[in-house]
Amino acid sequence: MGQYVIRRLLQAVPLLLLVSILLFILVNIAPGGPLAGRGQTKHIRPEQAEILKRQYGLDKPLAVRYVFWLIGNDWTKVDNDGDGVAESYGQSKGILRGDFGTSYRTRRPVLETIGDYLPNTIYLMTITLIIVALLAIPVGVISAVKQYSIFDITVTTLSFMGQAIPEFWLGLILILVFYAWLKNPFTGGPLLPAGGMYTIGAPFSVWDWGKHLILPVVMGSVGWVTWYSRFLRSSMLDVIHQDYIRTARAKGLTEKRTLFIHALRNALLPLVTIFALDLPYIVAGSLYVEIIFSWPGMGRLYYQAAMDRDYPLLMAILIIGTAVVILSNLLADIVYAILDPRIHYD
Amino acid sequence: MTESFSSKKRTETLSGMIWKRFWKHPGAVGGSIVLGALVLAVLLAGLSPYDPQKSDLGSRFEPPSWAHPMGTDALGRDLLTRVLYGGRISLLVGFSVVIIALLIGVPVGAVAGYFGGWVDNLLMRIPDTALALPSLLVLILLAAILRELDAPLLEKNPVLTIAGVIGILSWMFVARLVRATYLSIREMDFVTAGRTLGASDFRIIVRHILPNAIGPIIVENTLEIGYAILEESGLSFLGFGIQPPTPSWGNLLSNAQEHMTKHPWMAIFPGIMIFLAVISINYIGDGLRDAFDPYKVMTKSE
Repeated sequence: MGQYVIRRLLQAVPLLLLVSILLFILVNIAPGGPLAGRGQTKHIRPEQAEILKRQYGLDKPLAVRYVFWLIGNDWTKVDNDGDGVAESYGQSKGILRGDFGTSYRTRRPVLETIGDYLPNTIYLMTITLIIVALLAIPVGVISAVKQYSIFDITVTTLSFMGQAIPEFWLGLILILVFYAWLKNPFTGGPLLPAGGMYTIGAPFSVWDWGKHLILPVVMGSVGWVTWYSRFLRSSMLDVIHQDYIRTARAKGLTEKRTLFIHALRNALLPLVTIFALDLPYIVAGSLYVEIIFSWPGMGRLYYQAAMDRDYPLLMAILIIGTAVVILSNLLADIVYAILDPRIHYD
Repeated sequence: MTESFSSKKRTETLSGMIWKRFWKHPGAVGGSIVLGALVLAVLLAGLSPYDPQKSDLGSRFEPPSWAHPMGTDALGRDLLTRVLYGGRISLLVGFSVVIIALLIGVPVGAVAGYFGGWVDNLLMRIPDTALALPSLLVLILLAAILRELDAPLLEKNPVLTIAGVIGILSWMFVARLVRATYLSIREMDFVTAGRTLGASDFRIIVRHILPNAIGPIIVENTLEIGYAILEESGLSFLGFGIQPPTPSWGNLLSNAQEHMTKHPWMAIFPGIMIFLAVISINYIGDGLRDAFDPYKVMTKSE
């Protein structure tokens, strides 16, 4: 197992490298470039643009830029004033040494910027996933146990609806209903806030933070609750017809114990794998939530970076995203092997 | 002559059976009716007395009424007309994505699965790499690049551009599915028989295996149309997809965002259209899945 994980991790290295080249080309061939980006000052004089271009290293050929991005340029002399003479060593250490460069817009190290935004996404995602699990698991189990009951049919219909609702539209409708239409009976203000993580300027209170979580979490979880409850339903249906469930019942275990301990544990197996594979999509899905509810997270950061053509920031988020995808795939395989003793990798 | 006749008759029976079972699936019937109505309405958009692009500043933000069943927008344009024209774009993108994904994914998957060995290794390296990409992020990046690319061809064909971007990021799933199906079918006796009789590889891939592999391909790609519509609407909502003044369901919602608390109809109707289109396609896909499922033939005695 350990060997298998190491081999898979080693295989991931060339893949990550290949993807990074692809993405680097893609990011850099974009016309307009950071100097024409939206977030920048409207008019940059041509001579100023020259200086900026040199500063950003954009005057170099693409291949050189990639190498500098990967391993840095502090080992070679670069031309800073545009006289054609390379006079001083570069400043960049390259991503292999943990230097993702400096954001064009904020002029701060990329990793520092990401460090500001990432915890907010993790916070939102954690709460969302807890809610998804708390809803999807009981709903999936009950649907399977009471197959074709009114409950099951209702859930099936709702899950078809949940899969078809555009996530961002759900967000808009939630704002419409809970912010614009429904009023707080005590203050007369909106029932729920329509954006942000907390009331700016107000002292910290759990109530205030909680209020700001409700709508984003509902928006982010509806699709996944319907998806996983469907999935768990069919996986439970497979399990509860197995012999060992009959055995469990025959030896007099309570129905609750049979279903929730013996059956559920096995039914969750495939779900865990699917969940690991879904992880990147779940994280990516938070992009819409963050944009609609002005949540200061990674999705919004990426969106802004794409608007601004903030190359270093874009590349950093894309590489981190790729690493998440690759690691999730590996995680899916590992978890599968751990949970199912019949599976061996060697 | 007789041979081809009898084989034709047999395939007709099989597809006839699938057809019959599809129409017994209530979800599939409902989905087909709704989708059919949507397509028809969208095709008849030209019958509207209003122009989808021309602004009428005298009738801005009118709530739904008989004259404007979905109200009007910030420029006084009839929302129903814009929703119908936008539907043309959104549905067209949805179908085009799948056609693009099929055009790339089926040949790649079929060749990889049929030949196996190094061909398979080489060909499937591409989807494997592409599947390691964070797809939504790359989708946004690609769309952002293409939006500013100074290419007249792309400017004139926004549908093709957006469909191309989404298609490029979704054909891998088709390729994987087709490869897996080919891998299992190529071991079957009728393929060996075909080869013994001297059929070329091309003929076996296209004429012998493809008809037997078509079921899962159709089912998965029907569902893919729905995802593609959702993806287009999301991209256009973010401002990276179809650009105004050309309406699409996504950019109508993007437009509605700033006005919606006062003029909610602008946000409600385009979203309902996306919802209806996607849910009806998903029900059709569900019906097709049941209709193509060979186990249902054996268990259901009809």
